[in-house]
Formats: sequence, C-alpha cells, structure tokens
Amino acid sequence: MTARQIKPVVFILALLPLASIAAALWLDRLGANPVEAIIRGTGDWTLRLLLITLAVSPVRRLLGWRWAPGLRRMLGLFVWFYASLHLLSYLWLDQFFDWQEIFYDILERPFITVGVLGWLLLTPLALTSTNAAMRRLGRNWKRLHRLVYLIAILGVLHFWWLVKADVREPFIYMAILALLFAERIRHGVRRKASAGKGSSLQPKVC
Amino acid sequence: MIIRNRPDLTDNDVTDRSVYNNRRTFLKQGAVALIGVSGLPLAACSADSSAMPNDKATPLDDITSYNNFVELGTSKSSPSRNADKLITRPWSVTVDGECEKPGAMDFEDILKGQALEQRIYRLRCVEGWSMVIPWTGFALSTFLKAFKPTSKAKYVRFQSLLDPEKMPGQKRPILSWPYTEGLRMDEAMHPLTFIATGLYGEDLPAQNGAPLRLVVPWKYGFKSIKSIVRISFVEQQPLNTWQETAADEYGFYANVNPDVSHPRWSQRKERRIGEFRKRKTLFLNGYADQVAQLYQGMDLKKNF
Repeated sequence: MTARQIKPVVFILALLPLASIAAALWLDRLGANPVEAIIRGTGDWTLRLLLITLAVSPVRRLLGWRWAPGLRRMLGLFVWFYASLHLLSYLWLDQFFDWQEIFYDILERPFITVGVLGWLLLTPLALTSTNAAMRRLGRNWKRLHRLVYLIAILGVLHFWWLVKADVREPFIYMAILALLFAERIRHGVRRKASAGKGSSLQPKVC
Repeated sequence: MIIRNRPDLTDNDVTDRSVYNNRRTFLKQGAVALIGVSGLPLAACSADSSAMPNDKATPLDDITSYNNFVELGTSKSSPSRNADKLITRPWSVTVDGECEKPGAMDFEDILKGQALEQRIYRLRCVEGWSMVIPWTGFALSTFLKAFKPTSKAKYVRFQSLLDPEKMPGQKRPILSWPYTEGLRMDEAMHPLTFIATGLYGEDLPAQNGAPLRLVVPWKYGFKSIKSIVRISFVEQQPLNTWQETAADEYGFYANVNPDVSHPRWSQRKERRIGEFRKRKTLFLNGYADQVAQLYQGMDLKKNF
C-alpha cells in the first residue's frame, strides 16, 4: 500500500463528519438546539482529527505503516478545516458577528480564550503546508510545526473547561494525547541511547 | 405572565376518581386552547405586557428531548433515553424541619389536596437557552402553608430522589447526590413559585422531573429542582448542589440577570429553542415587576 492509494479514501472519510452534520441539519435531526449541535460536532471532529494526525508517527513506528506519514499533511489541513468551521459557526451562528460580545467572550471565558488561541496558532501551520513554504522555511519549518503539540494541549483544555461537571469525555481525549506524547518521549530516549552507542543510522525525527 | 386556569372543582370533588380524570381532560383541552392561541394573547394575559410579546410555547418534543437532568445522564438527549428507569410510583414527599406539622405525604394525596392550574412560564437555562413551557401544578405556597412553618423557618431546602437504580447518573459522583436546592422563605412563598406535576396537560414526563418538580421562573433552570422527595424548612441558607460543585460559577440566588456575566456564558442574550436569532435576556427573566422587590437593596452582582 502507498499513501497515494490511501489518500482518496482518507479524504472522503475525513469529509464524512461534515456530510453527516449537513445531512442531519437538512433532515432536522440535530435536536432541539441545532446550532449547539453544529458547534459541538465540528469541535469534536477538530479534536479527533488532531489526535489522528498526531498518531501518524507513532503508528508508523509501532505498526510499521510506512505510508502513514504521507497522509499527515492532508490530515493536518482537515484539522484546520474543521477548526475553522467550528470557529465560524461560533462567530456566526452563536454570536452573529457581534464583535463586542465576541471580544468579551474571548477575554472573560478561559475556554474560549484557549480555543481562539489554538485556532490562531493552527492557521500559520496550514498556511505553511505547501512544498514551497517548506523549502523557504528550511529548518524553521519543523520548529514552527512543533506548535502542533501546544495546539493539541490547548484543544483538550478548551474542551475540558467547557464541560460543567462530567469530565469523562475530555478525559479520554487527554489520555490519548498523553499516550501519544509518551510514545514520542520513549522514542526520543531510545534514539538518544542508540546514538550514544555510536550508531551512524539516525532515525528521522517526527 | 401568569395564566390561571382554575378548574371548577372544590376539594371534595377532587377526591372523586371520575372528577380527577375529568380534570385531566379539562387541563388537556385548556392547554390546547391556550397554546393554540398563543402569540397574541400571551402578552395580553401577562401582567407585564411589555415583556416579550412573541412568547410562543416551545413544542412538546423539544421540551421532552432536550433536558439537563444529570441523574438521567449528562448529555441533553440522555434524560429522555433513560426516562423509563425513573419509576415514579409509589412516590412520597417528606416535609420536615422548622414546622409544626411535619410529615410524609403520598404523591396521590398531594394531588388530591390541590386544585391544579396551568401556568405558561419562560424557562431560562444558565447555559444561554430558553423555552416557554405550559406547566400544570399548584403554587408552592399553598402546599407549604399546610405544614405550618415556624418563625425559625428562614429558608426552604429541597432534595431530589437518591436512588442509583432509578437514577443511573447517580452511580458516578458527578455531583454530590442527592441534588439539593434552596429558596429563601419569601421566594418560596411568592405566588409565582410553582410545583409542576404536568406538562401540556399531561403527567410530567420523567425527564422533566416527574412526578413533581419546582418551577421558579425568574431564576436559572438549575434552581428548579426535579423529582422532589424531601422539603425541609431550615434556619440556615442551604448549600445548593451546583454552588457546592463550583461556587465561583453558581450562587444561591441564581436570578436571571443579563448584567451579571457567568464565567462560561455571557448572560446578555439567549437562544429560544426553535429560534435562530438570539434574543436579549430580560432582568429576572421578564418577571421583574412581580419579584424585583424581593431583592431590594441587595447587590445582585455579589449575590449571584
């Protein structure tokens, strides 16, 4: 299998959540508060796709799926796509572009502060996802894109602080994120150890 | 906006089973009539006709499928899914504390002692959404007076059922169970304060707090405790469940107030379920002319 073969399938899969939200809206199946359902649905899928994107490198290392990194850029752009839909539905459907209200929301409500911050940090990553940008930024490209770890933490916090009492669901996201971080740390430690032994074969950092 | 629909029954009539059944039919027709002509006459019936002339009763489907009732699940849709677990017969309510005639009453006996009426009230959730609900039930004050509260009774504490079998949400310590709420005595005795036993002329569905719940229309919805089993007259201000959970977010009073921002939700506007654009939230949920005097001289930003 190659990334080229899998890409169209993943592309369609990543559009399914949006399609299902749109279909439910059309069929009036979003319940009593459709706006809330849209904001919640796009937010859920932003976070899920973000964790899937962060799982690419661990999956390649642990399962040997060598095609996985070839999907990373597309997955990352989908994260930004859903995050933007999420933000737009908040700005439009929830606030109707009442900028004063939005300003106070960002200032006064920590879960909105971190949410907006997450999107602001995510956007430059989306903008520098082209091959040309990678070439132009050189070593700095990798540095810039390490922001994704911070963004993921902000994303989970955003969900955690939104929840009133039952943190089971955000806890699951946090646990998955912690596992993905742990795998990276373990990988980093092993690489250092093998580098110490004088191995000339340095695995690529991801 | 009180719509009284007093059935033409005396206390003696109510004890009769057939009359009891007639009352339901009457209420059902009353509900249909009232909802059918809502829109226009709601404002006309309202004591404050300037408040929201376009209050239309929220469809029953929405009222019964979009609920905050953590005892039956934490999502909005889970209470209606778990409704069958909450068995509400037999049901008894204990009234105790600072009163001369404490006692426990069977729910059926409570109903027999009350002339049911219909009230269409706005319900404003602290989360920024609202509904208009045609309740049936009785004023809390007429029920409480029978227990003869003493001068020591400064507050009324309410408690929901504690039974993890009937309330599966209680199997996990999400909140400290049982759900507890409280009102100041004058709030509890205010004529707007209501005990609902029905909705749209039918028995109250489990997800809406069957068999009986509190309705305090000028306060955020979480004050209107569901499935009550105990009411106590107390001297000290009770600690309500959400205040216990997050005192910086939820206070004792929880009066609807667009000028007091909540850490999670600006309270300036609300989305009426079924409407797209938000509307401005009214001070005391539009009942200010009837209840504002309860809070004269109080700093409502501090006593949120």
